Amino acid sequence: MSAGTRVGIVLVSHSAAVAVAVAELARGLAGGGDLAPVLPAGGTPDGGLGTSSELIRSAAEAAERGAGVAILVDLGSAVLTVKALLAEGDELPGNSRLVDAPFVEGAVAALVTASAGGDLDAVAAAASEAYAYRKD
Amino acid sequence: MGEGTGMTETFGVDFLVRWLAAVAEAVDREADRLTELDSAIGDADHGANLKRGFAAVTTILAEEPPATPGAVLTAAGRQLISTVGGASGPLYGTLLRRTGKTLGDGDRVTREQLAEALGSGVAAVSQLGGAQVGDKTMLDALVPAVEGLRASFGAARAAAEEGALATVPLRARKGRASYLGERSVGHQDPGATSSALLFAALDDVARTEGAS
Repeated sequence: MSAGTRVGIVLVSHSAAVAVAVAELARGLAGGGDLAPVLPAGGTPDGGLGTSSELIRSAAEAAERGAGVAILVDLGSAVLTVKALLAEGDELPGNSRLVDAPFVEGAVAALVTASAGGDLDAVAAAASEAYAYRKD
Repeated sequence: MGEGTGMTETFGVDFLVRWLAAVAEAVDREADRLTELDSAIGDADHGANLKRGFAAVTTILAEEPPATPGAVLTAAGRQLISTVGGASGPLYGTLLRRTGKTLGDGDRVTREQLAEALGSGVAAVSQLGGAQVGDKTMLDALVPAVEGLRASFGAARAAAEEGALATVPLRARKGRASYLGERSVGHQDPGATSSALLFAALDDVARTEGAS
């Protein structure tokens, strides 16, 4: 990884509003300074609920700055679409990774870690670790 | 078109294109029924989603005609992943794409080769969704259909339809329907139902060729 390049984050939700809001939330909680790119890919291109490979692809391309892309997803077709696109081989930037993480908490952890200069492994691990924080 | 005079019958690009066109027609015809089944245990978009996806498949195959049977299915699979917008897109997309890749770049395929390749496609679907036979998913139709196809197109159709009907008493273990638990029992799975349409269309197209 060259100096200054950071892992990009893509947030895939069935809802455009959810993806945009979680990106905003993550930016807000990640604190000030120069943040890593976090791109929402929510809903379908016509504004409906669902998953769009087109929106995911363009968000991943925009998030890729040379250090890889961590993709967080909500559920169902969002998970399956990203997996299918990754299996395709050439549909997403080469170092894109589906990260197994809770959507909201994982987005915050991923953005904090990516903004601090963590590599893709570190970003993925931080996002996944968010599962370990129990709430009861 | 099927070719065979006592020798093993083989199928070319035209056959695969006509199969997918027949699927598009069937999905269009049955869209309301698929959506109705999906409204009972899913999110009521299966018919509309597949209709949009297979219409887009028909378009891309007309605009950019692939050169081999494998390429027809690979292109169709990619198109489904791109256009459906629901879980059925990556699932059916993976089925066709993996089947196409397994067929390779031969000009013609036998029914047995198609069955073999579809077997690998079905395995990829199972891996992608993490589902098995009995989970009340499309696999309940696909797995027996592929077994049936090793014998004949008609056997594949019958096995798929039987598999789809057999999902009625099952409890869903995957997808949105699984949140319903016991309340998913008593409804036919929409994905298994649409999978049966694929094999009914395949049998129809084979019959018009005089193939079995």
